Parts: sequence; C-alpha cells; structure tokens
Amino acid sequence: MSPAKAANSQIFNHDHLLGIEGLKEAEITQILDLADIYVEQNRQTNKKKDLLSGLTQINLFFENSTRTRMSFELAGKRLGADVINMATSSSSIKKGETLIDTASTLNAMRPDLLVVRHGSSGAVKLLSRKVDCAVLNAGDGKHEHPTQALLDALTIRRRRGRLARLTVAICGDVLHSRVARSNIHLLNIMGARVRVIGPPTLIPTGVEKMGVEVFHNMTEGLKDCDIIMMLRLQTERMHGGYFPTVSEYFSLYGLDYEKLAVAHEDALIMHPGPMNRGVEIDAAVADDLTRSAIQEQVEMGVAVRMACLDLLTQAKRGDGK
Amino acid sequence: MSEYTLYKNARLLDPASGLDIKGELLSKDDRIASLGEKVDAPENANIIDLKGKCLAPGLIDMRVFVGIPGADYKDTIDNTGEAAAAGGVTTVCVQPNTDPIIDSIAHIEYLAIRAKNALVHFVAMPAATKQLEGKEMTEIGLMSNAGYNTFTDCSSTIENAAIMNRIFKYASAFDALIIPHLAEHNLSKNGCMNAGDLATRMGLTGIPTAAETIVLERDMRLLKSTGCRYHASQITCADSIDVIKKSKEAGLKVSAGVAVPHLSLNEYAIEDYRTFTKLSPPLRSEEDRIAVIEALKDGTIDVIVSGHDPEDPESKRVPYEQAEAGVIGLETLLNVSLEMHHNGSLSLLDILSKLTSNPAKIMGLDCGVLKEGAPADFCIFDLDSPYRIDPDKMISITKNTPFDGRPVQGRVIKTVVSGKSVYDYDG
Repeated sequence: MSPAKAANSQIFNHDHLLGIEGLKEAEITQILDLADIYVEQNRQTNKKKDLLSGLTQINLFFENSTRTRMSFELAGKRLGADVINMATSSSSIKKGETLIDTASTLNAMRPDLLVVRHGSSGAVKLLSRKVDCAVLNAGDGKHEHPTQALLDALTIRRRRGRLARLTVAICGDVLHSRVARSNIHLLNIMGARVRVIGPPTLIPTGVEKMGVEVFHNMTEGLKDCDIIMMLRLQTERMHGGYFPTVSEYFSLYGLDYEKLAVAHEDALIMHPGPMNRGVEIDAAVADDLTRSAIQEQVEMGVAVRMACLDLLTQAKRGDGK
Repeated sequence: MSEYTLYKNARLLDPASGLDIKGELLSKDDRIASLGEKVDAPENANIIDLKGKCLAPGLIDMRVFVGIPGADYKDTIDNTGEAAAAGGVTTVCVQPNTDPIIDSIAHIEYLAIRAKNALVHFVAMPAATKQLEGKEMTEIGLMSNAGYNTFTDCSSTIENAAIMNRIFKYASAFDALIIPHLAEHNLSKNGCMNAGDLATRMGLTGIPTAAETIVLERDMRLLKSTGCRYHASQITCADSIDVIKKSKEAGLKVSAGVAVPHLSLNEYAIEDYRTFTKLSPPLRSEEDRIAVIEALKDGTIDVIVSGHDPEDPESKRVPYEQAEAGVIGLETLLNVSLEMHHNGSLSLLDILSKLTSNPAKIMGLDCGVLKEGAPADFCIFDLDSPYRIDPDKMISITKNTPFDGRPVQGRVIKTVVSGKSVYDYDG
C-alpha cells in the first residue's frame, strides 16, 4: 500500500498536474501531507520503494534545466519507475519536429508519466491533450510551475506549521516568472496574504486581480512579512531594458540585511534557484542558515514530486480507488 | 435572349434607401430590372418563391485573405468563392499579401485571370508599398486610374511617418483610399493577446490597445494636412473609437470597420490557449467589445468585415505564442452579425448597411444596393433559423473558426451573383 492510500486518496482526482490554478485547498493539503511522508523516506539510508515499479516516466525538457530535471528523475527513481530523460537539444525537435508530433511519438512508446517543461505558456496543456498518460507540468513559459509552488508551500508549512494568515512577499521579476504565478495561486488558495514587490516594469499588468498587493518600494513591501520569496532575474527572457543597471536594481530590489530588517524578525528567505548573487540577493543573506530555507527547498522538491507522481498514477495502479 | 428571374414573396431589404417591404424583384440577366410590392414579369421569367425570406444586396467583404497564389495548401480561389457564396458574400476584397504580392497592375490582372471562373466577384486591394515593406509606395496613380483605388499593406503597419505622409499626399491626388494596419511595432511585436490581467494570468505577452490608437492618432494628425481618404478596417477599442469619432466630426474623410470576432468575442475566448482565437489585432476586453457595438450603433463604425484568413492546421496546432494569427470568417459574417439584430442592439437594416451599401460607397463599387440597374447580386437568408455553427459543415478548406459550436440565428439559403444562383442551402 502506498502512503498515499493512508493519506486519504479520494481527494486528488486529476489526470494531469498542469497548474495550481483550479486546485482546491484539500487537494493541495493532500499533496503536502503525502510529501511529508516522502521527506522521511528520503532521509533513510534506503530511499527506494517499488511503488511505481514497471511504470515508465519520461522527462521531456524543451528548456534547459538541471535541478528540476534531476529532482524529477530522483523522485521517479526513488519510487521505482523507469526514468528516461529526453533533452531536446540533441533530438528531433532540433530538426523541426512539432510539439504535437513529438507528443505522438512519445505516446506510442506507452509512457505512464510525462514530465514536461516548455518555453511557451500553454504548451504543456496542449501536449497533455495528445497523450494517454499523466502529464506533469515542470514549467511552461511564464504561465505555471506547479511543483515549485508546492515545494515552497511544503517548506513554509514545515517551518511555520501553516500557510494561512502568513504574509508572503514575492520579490523581483514577477513579469517573467511562472514560479510567481503558481505561488500566487497556491498561497491565495491556502489563505495566505500575498504581496508582490518589484519595479513597475517587472510587475505584470493587472496582477492585483490575481489577489496580491503591489509594492514598488521594497522596504514598504517587506514590512512585517513572514516569508520572503526572491525571484531570479530572468535576463534571458528580457527584450530591451526593464531597469537601468544591475547595480541600481540590486540597490533598490536586492535583498540585503538592511531591507530584511523591516520584515518579521524570523522571516524566512526563499529562492527557487539558481541565484544571481549580488543581483537579486546579497551573498551573505543567501548563506545565512538561520534565515535562508534555500537548501531545504531543494530537499522538499524531491518529496513533493514523489507525492505528485504517486497521486497521478494511483488510478492506473489500481491503488486507492 | 435575355433571361428574367422573378423573386416573389420576398422581404426586400435595401439599407441604402431604407426599403424594407414584402414584395418582388425582377432581374434581367445580370442586373435588377425592377422591384416593388408587385412587379410585371414577362411570361418566360423563372419564378422563385422565397416564401417570405429576406432578400438583401449581396454582402461585400472588405478584408479577405486568399492563399492563391503562393499558398494553395490553405485554400484556392475556387474554394474562397464557394465559401463566400455560402456566406452570402458576393464581393470579396482580396488582401495583397499573396505570393507574389499584389502591388502592380500585372498582379491585379493575374488575380483577375485566376478568379475568372470563381463563383463571386474578386476585387483586388493592392499594396500601398512595394512588397509590403513600408518603404516605397506602389504605382498608386496607375492602379487608381485603372479602377483599383483602394490600397492597403493589410497586416503590416507603415512605421515610417514620413512615408505615410507621402502616401497620403500622393494618394489624395487620385482620390484613392488608404487602409492601414494599426499596430505600433515595438508595442506589439512580442505580444499575442490583449494586455491585461488575463494575459498576466495566462503568462502570455500582451499587446496594449495603445499600440492601435497611437498609429491611428498619428495618421489623423497627418491627414489633417493631406486630406486623403482613409479607412481603419479593424478598430478594436474604445480609445480608437474616440479618435475616429472626433476625426469624423472634424471633417476628415475617415471611415472605420470592425471584424466580426471583435464585435462578438472578447479576450476570454482564448481560455485554454485556443489558437483559433489568435488574431491581429487581438481580441480585446469586454468593455472594448461593448464600445465597438456602441460605435456600430452610432455610426462611428461603418463597416463589418470577416477578416477571413485561412490558416492550415500546422500553423495552428502549436503553442499559442507560436501560432499564426487569423481566423476564417466568410461563412460566419452574416449569421454572427445578425446576433446584434436578435439581441436588439442594432436594426436589421443598420447591420446590412455595414455589410453592403457602406463598403460599396467607401470603395466606390457599383453594387451593394437594390435598385433598378444595379447588379443582380443578392444574399437571400432566413432571418430566424436557429442552429449551431459546425466547422465540419463549412466549405472553407481550413476550419480555423473561433465560433465552433456557437448558437446562431439566421441562415443564408441562396446567393445570387450577376443574376445566377451560386449557392443553395440544401439542409
């Protein structure tokens, strides 16, 4: 029996995990509860279970990724699945194959799980309609990155015991960030208060309608915050200047001890990685183990992904239904 | 020997004269011989009993893209003609971005040859600048004198204000009409939908309405001194409507149009990344859509177009950002426009004027009216027949319609071009 069965498997009932938007509080709680169990498993010497034995997981990354892809690979392997990585730089996609043709080809190999990252918003959803297996969105364009939001939530919940009523500031390049969007959805669903902080050029139009307060002054925005989520400045997605210089950006929006002082005294600092030290976060702050949960986030990532893989294959395994 | 056809028991609708009566219409060969409550027909006339159905001038669609020449996998002239006939459209204004681009008399003549056997009239709308590059103007004088006096760079904006100014000045000498594409390049180049909170939520880059209004305002400023005739064929937002309204009041020779999707859909149609809703300019907010309806009502917007643009499945079965913009529309021009009659926003004659007499007047075409001597081009439709739009039943080769499954009321049952029936609805 999988731990999922113990953790009430009747709640989460989706074919795919394409985003946080649309999930219910109980479903998120179920994923996090299950992930808690996997955190313990991952801390054992023998980390491997045979829950997904016989199932095939393909990691299909159209965008470069090391940490997320490895995290999904470990998650699959620790559950006993056969995991295959398909890097698109060396594949037929480079030769002009369309996304849908790639999907059909992979589908014919009868995978049970497809973990997909793509540079275009909505692309993973498009692909999910063309395959017969469960699809996990590992990040699509500027749209969603659901497992990142879930691992952030798990990190916060383990540190603070809850998500509701916490004040969370999401800082920096919100415009280009799928992590920010997934986190805004999740934190709102779970009853947290969400702020976004950044220069007006990096705050997307109408974001307040997603349920956030917008601040352009970091010191005002960080006041009394419980959680500070820093975002990576995604210069690769920027066409043209969104701010004058990196030094001005760091001075106004980089997290250092001075700005941190206005937040709650034990405010937790998070970053989805990889960090640009000296750009959005001061190196000393990032390495401050009493404040920073950045390493912990990586650990939670594997557990959360194991929980998602488990839940998405339950119906197929005939487990819990 | 002349051929006569009598259309009896018709509801005759002529927006140009305001005529809306139960009556009869007699055509002689390719022209209208007479019309009224009762007309005298020769004994040998064919008689078509319309049983109370509507008979209006054939529709004129001022914005249609064709794949021929250059992209016959999208459609063919014949197919465009058949789709137009099925939509009650008897005159199709062909946008110049074919391959080769229609930017000279030779190209216009080539299109005329290709379209010779098509079911409906094809009118070329040549490019305003050579190769649609926005750099050098085409032979506006020669083409105008040959009877083709409407020029457009269809889907590209003429960025250079000095060149636009020269085009306006030059074209005014030939009473030519210039139709611009309104999208400021830098504000729109990476975008694929309306800018706003929905784009933010979907993670797609937005195109602000300002991209449209900025170019329109620039052009109005230039027109003040040049006095050229100008038609903004795809207005999508309240701000642009204000500009058009003020320019008309100031006496500029300006008219405006809107495409059917922009008056009947808003940005929320994109939900789930449906690439069949990707348009240039993009679908706007509900507030802007309502402003468009108001502008149709008060006459600020004169024309409704389909913007018919066939795209093959390969260019639509991709992520939203990479999909080509464009939807088909010839077969949904009338039925979707008629929603405004059924929901009481516009009168039937008002709607028809924007599909017939107004485009004819703006382009100087000899059609779009019901009167003695006018061409026998008719759109005959059942105003009330309800059904759902079904792409599989459409005649267009490509099926990229945003109206899949939409319930509509009003169906074209017969289309007549030059006195000959070119389409009959067969259930």
